Amino acid sequence: MRDREEPLETTREAGAPAVELRGIDKRFGAVHASRDVSLAVAPGTIHGIVGENGAGKSTLMSILYGFYRADRGDIRIAGRTVEIAGSEDAIAAGIGMVHQHFMLVDTFTVVENVILGAEGGSLLASGTARARGELERLAREYALEVPPDARVGDLPVGLQQRVEILKALYRGADILILDEPTGTLMPQEADHLFRILRRLRAQGKTVILITHKLREIMAATDRVSVMRGGRMVAHRDTAATTVAELAELMVGRRVLLQVEKGPARPGPELLAVERLSVRDERGASRVRDVSFNVRAGEIVGIAGVAGNGQGELLEALAGLHPAAGGRILLAGEPVSSGGPHRRRRGLAHVPEDRRRMGLVLPFEARESAILGYHDDVRYRRAGLLDWDAVSRDTEAKMISFDVRPADPRRITAAFSGGNQQKLVLAREIERDPLVLLVGQPTRGVDIGAIEFIHRRLVAMRDAGKAILLVSSELDEIMGLSDRILVMFGGVVAGELPADRATERALGLLMAGAGPGAGAANEARRAS
Amino acid sequence: MESLTLLVLVLDSTLRLSAPLVLAALAGLFSERSGIIDIGLEGKMRGAAFAAAAVAAVSGSPWAGLAAGIGTSVLLAMVHGYACITHRGDQVVSGLALNILVSGLTAVLGIAWFAQGGRTPQLPGEARFLPLEWPGAAALRDVPVLGALYGELLSGHNLIVYLAFLAVPAVAWVLYRTRFGLRLRAVGENPESADTAGVPVVGQRYRALLCTGVACGVAGTYLSLAQSAGFINDMTAGKGYIALAALIFGKWRPVPAMLACLLFGFLDAVAIRLQGADLPVIGEVPVQLVQALPYVLTVVLLAGFIGRAVPPRALGVPYVKEG
Repeated sequence: MRDREEPLETTREAGAPAVELRGIDKRFGAVHASRDVSLAVAPGTIHGIVGENGAGKSTLMSILYGFYRADRGDIRIAGRTVEIAGSEDAIAAGIGMVHQHFMLVDTFTVVENVILGAEGGSLLASGTARARGELERLAREYALEVPPDARVGDLPVGLQQRVEILKALYRGADILILDEPTGTLMPQEADHLFRILRRLRAQGKTVILITHKLREIMAATDRVSVMRGGRMVAHRDTAATTVAELAELMVGRRVLLQVEKGPARPGPELLAVERLSVRDERGASRVRDVSFNVRAGEIVGIAGVAGNGQGELLEALAGLHPAAGGRILLAGEPVSSGGPHRRRRGLAHVPEDRRRMGLVLPFEARESAILGYHDDVRYRRAGLLDWDAVSRDTEAKMISFDVRPADPRRITAAFSGGNQQKLVLAREIERDPLVLLVGQPTRGVDIGAIEFIHRRLVAMRDAGKAILLVSSELDEIMGLSDRILVMFGGVVAGELPADRATERALGLLMAGAGPGAGAANEARRAS
Repeated sequence: MESLTLLVLVLDSTLRLSAPLVLAALAGLFSERSGIIDIGLEGKMRGAAFAAAAVAAVSGSPWAGLAAGIGTSVLLAMVHGYACITHRGDQVVSGLALNILVSGLTAVLGIAWFAQGGRTPQLPGEARFLPLEWPGAAALRDVPVLGALYGELLSGHNLIVYLAFLAVPAVAWVLYRTRFGLRLRAVGENPESADTAGVPVVGQRYRALLCTGVACGVAGTYLSLAQSAGFINDMTAGKGYIALAALIFGKWRPVPAMLACLLFGFLDAVAIRLQGADLPVIGEVPVQLVQALPYVLTVVLLAGFIGRAVPPRALGVPYVKEG
């Protein structure tokens, strides 16, 4: 797993750190986002920074990249104190940043994106020519091949990320900061990224990797720093630490990383899907002839790279998107009409995108907490909504799902991502449905909350419910599911029982290289 | 021969009528490509037309008039920028407010200064931009076809008409071949990307509005110093909005926007020809109906004949660092 072919920082201990932060302190109003943070990153190493959402990682890197000014503290680059007042200063100091949400102009070509801000003269011709040559060199040196004249918006995410890295290198970055770089990559792309990072390290570049995925820290970094609540709580050599220790440092208590669950005791079939097909608004086929079932007391996971039909499948099952063909049976009875009807028959849905589909962000929590169930008799009094009853009910849900703060009048948008997600889960699970469809239950959610959400899902399974889980996190799929289906190109490319699923086997199926790949590729071409 | 002459005459006036539209559309292109909606093209044109006529009337120099027109339009553009870029105000509201302000101001100042019911004094020829005869145009006049094309269609326009059409390839070149153009498009598509790449978003947008002001000033000056001999109230007659429509119709690209302007200019020219003319079957066409044609076309085209126009992504969105 761990790649030891390149020399580590042991050979480079002489000399000043590539990046040194001393006593960085930053407040935003009442929020103390950075508390006296110090960090030293040795040159030619890959240094990981981990922490939960809101631990201060992004603030710290934004200070280093010139988005914010620190209230106090020094930044030293290669031993010299520097003032970083804006991105220009950071670039001049040799710092490059690959943002979580790519900072690319979609309508520009790769070359245009690379030279933007570093055009090298008021006419583009010479800068463009130079950039092409440089891109070729970088492609050879670091395995960073990208078609230079492609429109960036047309490129897959993995290639867009390479453009971001190329942008930084083109500006002569010696220090590369990557913020959650693997969030949208499939396993093969992530592996390729780590190969690129190792090559960069071998060429003497310094890499700072911000992530919440501890496995990546273990696989790719030389050293790791842990942040919690705005403080730097620990520095470790990666070789001398464990995932469990890092998780404990991040959360401040012991965390169960592996979901504890007994064997499934599947009962009768609650959800059956027969030859379901879905087309998108433009008529392109997104799901083709998909059939499977979910029984009481089991979790069926659907793995796949985003955009291979999982989202459309989920929406079609929930009744948000019409099916182009096929049947859906709920507890043995076919469903015909739309979403509200299905919900009343015991089908609950936690959508993939909680902010866009699961919640109304400007609503109070109690309003978000009754969406879709607002006509329940419990919330009604004399034909009007009984807000006292809604508040009481919401507060009870919030307490039972550990939503913090448990204030039903707080605006939904003011909760953190994890707490928003718990609010959606509370709304859907407390209804005691027969079947729960759940998409990306822990996207953007902290480790502590992930543990909680996973435990609730397993508890629901053990209570004899059927759960269909769609997730792009392989760990989550493998940890929770009793059976795993892999979708590729709109069809089910394979099914594996959880105990026989390995990351490698799933990755192959997800990439369309599994045993059933011929048919899936065929389907993809036809659509 | 008869129909050729007619065609040349219509095309000839098409060029004249399109020229201010082309300039205004290019003006709007700078602003909108940088992410600032410019519904104030109309007001800037009107302000420039008035200032140019007033200064030309007093000084007797068309160049002084042009400078005043450009200055006024740039000033208005900067006010728009101050409201929308610096203070992140609503761009449509700011543009509309400027239009209303200018419409009132030109009337009030015109009456106060010249006491001719809001008009500026009739300008003598030397205070205007007059048609330029190309060499040999007179000699070629009697040569069939070539005479009409060279002598009538190409020769005999004023300086600003030539300037307007030469500006189209120039703007296209700036937009696609220069650093300024690349940064302009970047701040209009994704200002955050531009910012992180070290491009100052605010400065770039102000510079874009400066270009808008200059081009729009020339367009306004054209109306009062070239097309007419003085400022008349309401002489812009919605040309700023039509130019904006042409810009959208042309999907925010210089050459297609120019073609759209030519289409509007052509309709206008036809409308003038059709006034009072007896058409077969239909009979005499009511003037009002003919004059409404360009406006009807605007609505029809924008309503759906052009397919979806994809505007610059950050159009109308104020840039807030770290929102």
